[in-house]
Amino acid sequence: MIEGISIYEILTLTTILFFIGIYGFLTRRNLISILISVEMILNASVVNFVIINKYLYPDVLQGVLFSIFIIAIAAAETALAVAIIINLYRQISSVEVKDTEVMKF
Amino acid sequence: MDILSLFVIVPLITILGLVFTRNLKQARIVAMLGSIIQLGMSINLVFAYFKERAINEDIMVFTRDMIWFKQFNIYYSVGVDGISVALLLLTSIVVLAGVFISWKMYDLPKEFFISLIVLSIGVYGFFISIDLFTMFVFFEIAVIPMYLLIGIWGSGPKEYSAMKLTLMLMGASAVLLVGILGIYFNSDADGGALTFNILEIAKVNIPFEAQKLFFPLTFIGFAVIGALFPFHTWSPDGHASAPTAVSMLHAGVLMKLGGYGVFRVAMYLLPEGAIDWSWVFIILSVIGVIYGAFSALKQTDLKYINAYSSVSHLGLVLFALLMLNKTAWNGAILQSLSHGFMTALFFALIGMIYERTHTRDIAKLGGLLKVIPFISVVYVIAGLASLGLPGFSGFIAEMNIFVGAFQNEDVFIRVATILSVAVIVITAVYILRVVGIMLMGPVKNEAYLKLERVTWYEKSGILLLLIPIVGIGVAPLWLSDMILESLQPFIQGLI
Amino acid sequence: MNISYIILVPLIPLVVFLLLGIFNQKIKPAVSGYVGVFGLLASASLSLYAAYHYFFISGKVDGTYQTFTEKSIWMNFTDALHIDMGILIDPISMMMLVVVSIVSLMVHIYSRGYMKGDNGYTKFFAFLSLFTFSMYGLVLATNLFQIYIFWELVGVSSYLLIGYYYTKTSAIAAAKKAFIVTRFADFGFLIGILIIGFYTGTFDFETLNNPEGSAILNWAATSFMGLSVITWALILIFIGGAGKSAMFPFHIWLPDAMEGPTPVSALIHAATMVVAGIFLVARLFPMFYFVEDGFALNIVAYVGAFSALFAAIIAITQTDIKRVLAFSTMSQLGYMMLALGVSGYDGQEGVGYMASMFHLFTHAMFKALLFLGAGSVIHAVHSNYLKDMGGLRKYMPITNFTFLIAAIAIAGIPPFAGFWSKDEILVAAYEHNKLIYYVGVFVAGLTAFYIFRIYFGIFWGKEKTYNHTPKESPLSMTFPLMVLAFLSITAGFIPFSEFVTADKNGFDAHLNYSLAAIATAVGLIGIIMAWVFYKKENSLSDKYAKAFGPFYKWASDKFYFDEIYMFVTKKILFKRVSGPIAKFDNKYVDGTMVGIGNKTVWASEKIKGIQSGKVQDYAFAFIAGVVVIALVSIYLLTS
Repeated sequence: MIEGISIYEILTLTTILFFIGIYGFLTRRNLISILISVEMILNASVVNFVIINKYLYPDVLQGVLFSIFIIAIAAAETALAVAIIINLYRQISSVEVKDTEVMKF
Repeated sequence: MDILSLFVIVPLITILGLVFTRNLKQARIVAMLGSIIQLGMSINLVFAYFKERAINEDIMVFTRDMIWFKQFNIYYSVGVDGISVALLLLTSIVVLAGVFISWKMYDLPKEFFISLIVLSIGVYGFFISIDLFTMFVFFEIAVIPMYLLIGIWGSGPKEYSAMKLTLMLMGASAVLLVGILGIYFNSDADGGALTFNILEIAKVNIPFEAQKLFFPLTFIGFAVIGALFPFHTWSPDGHASAPTAVSMLHAGVLMKLGGYGVFRVAMYLLPEGAIDWSWVFIILSVIGVIYGAFSALKQTDLKYINAYSSVSHLGLVLFALLMLNKTAWNGAILQSLSHGFMTALFFALIGMIYERTHTRDIAKLGGLLKVIPFISVVYVIAGLASLGLPGFSGFIAEMNIFVGAFQNEDVFIRVATILSVAVIVITAVYILRVVGIMLMGPVKNEAYLKLERVTWYEKSGILLLLIPIVGIGVAPLWLSDMILESLQPFIQGLI
Repeated sequence: MNISYIILVPLIPLVVFLLLGIFNQKIKPAVSGYVGVFGLLASASLSLYAAYHYFFISGKVDGTYQTFTEKSIWMNFTDALHIDMGILIDPISMMMLVVVSIVSLMVHIYSRGYMKGDNGYTKFFAFLSLFTFSMYGLVLATNLFQIYIFWELVGVSSYLLIGYYYTKTSAIAAAKKAFIVTRFADFGFLIGILIIGFYTGTFDFETLNNPEGSAILNWAATSFMGLSVITWALILIFIGGAGKSAMFPFHIWLPDAMEGPTPVSALIHAATMVVAGIFLVARLFPMFYFVEDGFALNIVAYVGAFSALFAAIIAITQTDIKRVLAFSTMSQLGYMMLALGVSGYDGQEGVGYMASMFHLFTHAMFKALLFLGAGSVIHAVHSNYLKDMGGLRKYMPITNFTFLIAAIAIAGIPPFAGFWSKDEILVAAYEHNKLIYYVGVFVAGLTAFYIFRIYFGIFWGKEKTYNHTPKESPLSMTFPLMVLAFLSITAGFIPFSEFVTADKNGFDAHLNYSLAAIATAVGLIGIIMAWVFYKKENSLSDKYAKAFGPFYKWASDKFYFDEIYMFVTKKILFKRVSGPIAKFDNKYVDGTMVGIGNKTVWASEKIKGIQSGKVQDYAFAFIAGVVVIALVSIYLLTS
């Protein structure tokens, strides 16, 4: 609960953050940028979990717990993704999305 | 273990045995033993059937149900009547002959025999099941190995043919599935539970509107595999590319699934639909009969000739089924049997000729009677059987069909009947054309003078198929009465 | 009368066939010849014994020959219709049994000499036995379907035997032609059987032929295009008979069938199988006679008369002696048909029926003799053509003498066999239909002419230069000639009208002296003309041939019927029907199916671009989907 700031304002913020992530995910051509965009989406949802928990159900902790889960998984996922990207770079010397289309059909 | 399920289990054991074989020699021995056991079982079944029939008045005997999918009321339920017994016998003979003919299958023998036996499981299962769903499952089991058998062991444009065959049959299956589901969802018309059991559904009066809707779907679904015009084109290409044993099994047994399915499912469960739709399919089947025969006249590839002759002969089966009376139906079943033996024999002989001369073009062959007398003489006999000479099974079947068809006084059917009788002349022309060009005359190629004589396993395969042809032709009474008796309950649905 | 032993008559040749057929490679030719001959000897003696028993001891009750049957069901069609297998004994089946036995036995003996040294000796005897079995089965048949079964079997034996020299292209073509032409006629036969079966409810001869039975009495019940369906059926059945008996227009196969070995021509294409058509009409005679006042029977008469004339004209112009004999056979078969066609039913009225059977009997003897004699000549000079023969009487006295007897017999000169039967035919025709009678007399003259034309051509005329001196055939070949010559002289004295009649009662036939005198005179004129033309080599015949101009050419080209058939089959059926169908199948039917497949592939090519492999594109689609769903649900929830 933050005085003077209602849930709507925070949700608006996270929605903006979420769509920035989506936008980045869709338009970036660099795998690292895409990864960053994904992180932004995840962060938006983490904030959402915490805020909704705090504002609507202050006496339980599931939302907070889940946000910790998500942070942990996001960390693992980032590590994995970066590993894949590094491997990919070793193979094709590029981290551009357009160079990774060989498996399409 | 009941007598019918063994027909599925013994091949499974055979496959298990085949998995452990290491070379051609072991594989063919195992496959042969398995098939011989099957043949023994089906002969035993004939006797057991007669014994059981004497005390058992049911439509199907040796029935057995096992729950499979409770919520949809799907059972693994099996049972036989005289018709399925006869077809099982046909299957086991053709499979064994097929194994004999593949004696020298050097290419991946183990896998070949496994696929062959899987195919036979599908056929056996199809003939024994009386649950629509189980039947459909076995139908698919029978069709799938065809793709592998033609695609891997075939010759010529094998991928193309295999693909064409499989796709067309799969397309038909899709149509068929709709038909079967249609029957299923109408099987509670009298207030009972939804069921797939054929005998249960037969007691239900499916509404006329539903019958009219689902009969053509079921009919076409099955008839495509029975080479109904204009859905027959998979068969010439498929036969031409398939290895010998597969052609035999395919034309000899698999194509019979069509007629049997039409009879057991479409006609039996949807009789009013059958009456309503019969004229359309009569036209198509008569076209198939004549058209197949005329097409066969022009072909020069032995396998194509035989494939088109199959279109013609099996057109006669469908035509007979549509005549909706006992005599014609008896003829249809007998024609299925007789064509099964005959065409398997033809393909076996064609395979042997091809193996020796490396050509199937009749224009390049000639005078074979002199160089490979046994094979040629049997070819002449098979040809004579195919053109409906008395003393062979084809005659029995055709006469039943014609007499049965003539029982309808309708002018339209009369004309159709006379047209299909006319095909006996055209059949004679194309058969004698092949005999004249290929077997008689001077030997065209010096190399043919040193062709290998027939071997023991080829001889066994040939005799295995020839004996029933002559047997049915000379003494048809027991078989035809066995079938006639089993037809009784089916005909009652129509009256 | 106990008839069950007669079943052995057909069974013995069947067993011989199976033996020789299955152990073809293992049996020595000498043995197989003996097996064949002795097998048939057994059959023949059994049938002669049976015939004697039937005709003279136990067949007659109260002056009427009885019909005996023994049969069992072979296959069921419906509750009423079934095929029986069995034997039916009545005068005509007994008579046929005798004919088949005698001729077949003679041919078997003859073949031992004629076929000596041939590669397929055993096969030949196997086929002969198969044929004999089928022919016995045919004549003993108890019902229409049984006769049809054996009908097809004799057809296939004929096919196999015509194509015996299977490396010869002409033999293959001839065999094929014989089978297909008769098969085409059998198509009519089969439809006829189906009609009879459906409308009368039986195939059984005894039931069908009963003049008081429902099949005959109710013929008018159903009609089609102005004629009773039964009449249609009989016409169709007659078409089947016409095919086998080489009646116009189905005759084209018979001359070509001479490609077979000569004993085969004698047995199958002269004496036995080709009379099956006559036998079939005779077998159903009560039906032919009573249904629709003999409408179908009139057709039989006219077709027979026309064929007799047509074939006799062609026979004059042919140069291959076997073909002359083939056309002669066709002409004589026409005679038998016309005799049946003009016959009545009761007693004396049925003289045509009797005469037809009588002629069948005598013709079998002298025509078999002519063929075997011709075979003996061909054996000696290795040619079928008249131009290669001449003056052979010095070298082949027995053949010459027996051939002469047969020629006189067929020319109808008393007291030889042909005279008696031909005379009865002319009597029947005279009483019934004058036009047919005149045709008959004219044909009698032509017959005498063409047969003596070849006789003089072979045995008289100028001697040709032979590669090696022709010599008389061995005893195995001349013995049958002598036996048949004896029969050709004596067979005419059998009082046939007491044994074989339409109503089975027997009557006394009297010679009609004035008609007999006319026929004999005509025959003599024919012989004398042949004598003048052909006894010595001279140009008279060529001159007269020229006088006829194009007509002679037409006749020697057999009025172009072969060409017409060839045109229909090759040009129309193969080119215009079968070819387009095969093309249609390939192009359109298959094309459609393949087209569907190709279109599917094409569509997938088009669609697969969507599957770009870029996760961002998928994500975009996903998000767009989410947005659309969200908007839709908002719209739905709020409205």
